[in-house]
Amino acid sequence: MILTFWDRLTINQKLAVTAWLFLLVPIVFYVTIRFYPTFEAFYVSTLKWNLLGTQKFIGFRNYEKIFTDEDFWLVLWNTFKYAVFGVPISLGIAFFIAYWLNEITFGHDWIRALYFIPFLTTAVAMAWVWRWFYQPMPIGYFNIMLSWVGIPQQPFLKSIEQALYAIMAPAVWAGLGFQIVIFIAGIRAIPRSYLEAAEIDGAGRWQILREITLPSLRPTMIFLTVVSTIGFLRIFDQVYTMSADSSGGPLNSTKPLVLMIYEYAFDEFKLGYASALTVILFLILMVISVLQLWLMRKK
Amino acid sequence: MTDNTLLINRLERLRPGRILVWTLLFLGGIVMVTPIVFMAATSFKTGQDIYTLSIIPENPSLENYLFILNESKFLRWMMNSLWVATFSTASVLFFDSLVGYTLAKFDFRGRQIVFVAILSTLMIPTEMLIIPWYMMSRSFGWIDTYWGIAFPGLMTGFGTFLMRQFFMNLPDELIDAARIDGWSEFAIWWRIAMPLVMPALSALAIFHFLGNWTAFIWPLIVSNDPDIYTIPVGLASFNGEFQMDWEIVMTASCLATIPTLLVFLLLQKFIIRGVMLAGLKG
Repeated sequence: MILTFWDRLTINQKLAVTAWLFLLVPIVFYVTIRFYPTFEAFYVSTLKWNLLGTQKFIGFRNYEKIFTDEDFWLVLWNTFKYAVFGVPISLGIAFFIAYWLNEITFGHDWIRALYFIPFLTTAVAMAWVWRWFYQPMPIGYFNIMLSWVGIPQQPFLKSIEQALYAIMAPAVWAGLGFQIVIFIAGIRAIPRSYLEAAEIDGAGRWQILREITLPSLRPTMIFLTVVSTIGFLRIFDQVYTMSADSSGGPLNSTKPLVLMIYEYAFDEFKLGYASALTVILFLILMVISVLQLWLMRKK
Repeated sequence: MTDNTLLINRLERLRPGRILVWTLLFLGGIVMVTPIVFMAATSFKTGQDIYTLSIIPENPSLENYLFILNESKFLRWMMNSLWVATFSTASVLFFDSLVGYTLAKFDFRGRQIVFVAILSTLMIPTEMLIIPWYMMSRSFGWIDTYWGIAFPGLMTGFGTFLMRQFFMNLPDELIDAARIDGWSEFAIWWRIAMPLVMPALSALAIFHFLGNWTAFIWPLIVSNDPDIYTIPVGLASFNGEFQMDWEIVMTASCLATIPTLLVFLLLQKFIIRGVMLAGLKG
């Protein structure tokens, strides 16, 4: 009797072979679509390359050029502004709503649904709606409503000072539903015994909130802060749709890093320079993720 | 602060306080959906009516919808989005759970390395990969194809991680018993393990489908031909073309939004549970 290769294996060896067989296609996928492109991005960032032209190795010169480019610093500052203002505003509102929503039972699901629905919308579609709201009279609803209470017309998207916040608003709006649902889940996961013990000890609502609810929500807070910080740092859809000709204007005042990457790579085809920008984005996001792991481990 | 505390405590016990909280939350909720309501209302308005803030149009008409369906490729974009999202979701459900299961239930050398490697892909932002993906698509002729739009999302580190967590909770005895009965490993996964993680699978399906339906930057880059646009890319192409016809843009935005809202209204509890699940595990 001739034993085939398969028959000669022990049970554990058979299982190991099966496991690698199951992983075969996924490994090919992760290597070719995730890891190889990651290294390629680093590699291309060291090239001077205009897509159709020849590739020339220039070391860190793309990075040198980026760091001496005034526009880059403006764009980086814009990108941070989206996160620095967007994250606390949205988490603050979301927690406030989640806290009170958790206490009501009548129609709870339906009210929660109202807050959650914007999360399910397409960013580009809603960016159009908000862009329309921001138009001057007689089109834009915001200006129409301002005129009712006698406040002068606001330029919103046409103003260097206001445009970034006007574009941030729909991003905050769309993210609230997700954050509220996660906050409610976090609040409900707090053991009832903690709250009851505090109540028996005569702690008031404010004291319970400050000494039990908020500290217990620490992991939820860290999770949501990181997720939404990364989200705001990668903002693109809204800016692309809401700024005239998708330019991140007026005068680059709303342009985030991802839009700059998009322009260099796919309008000007400066792939080396654009890749260097993506590496910078990667490093920024990496720092935030590492910070999250460190914060989570501390307790 | 004590005064405040007392006040809030008292409010809590009194029904009027409850009613006040309820009313404020309800009004806040109404404000949240206002943009969507105005968008829908305007899609039925024509001419001068679009300058009024009325929610119920004076002369409702389907003119804008007819215009969108006749003058743009909206139906085509919808089918493109539907096809790409369905294909991609099917692939993610199959492969992410297969990998998750293998990493959870098989003991073999190198398992930990594979797991950490897949998990590490969560750290890589899409934006960093789009340039290499674009170069790859150019050399393989994937520009302007469905495959080109879908290929980067056919497997996800997040889904793999989620499924692994769920498969780890399945008792090993179940799998061992099936092995003794002579089931093949594939059949054990597909016919025994998979039905037991249905909640996780459906959460993953909803997330991935929704993510694909709204995905923008990669489809924008890989498609130049309007016949291959997905809905968000098609919508963005209005920037310039119909720019001043707000009622037309609102109609298109409305058409893009309605399918997901309908799905949500049908599966509300399910979707919220999915979000909590993914949020807490992830």
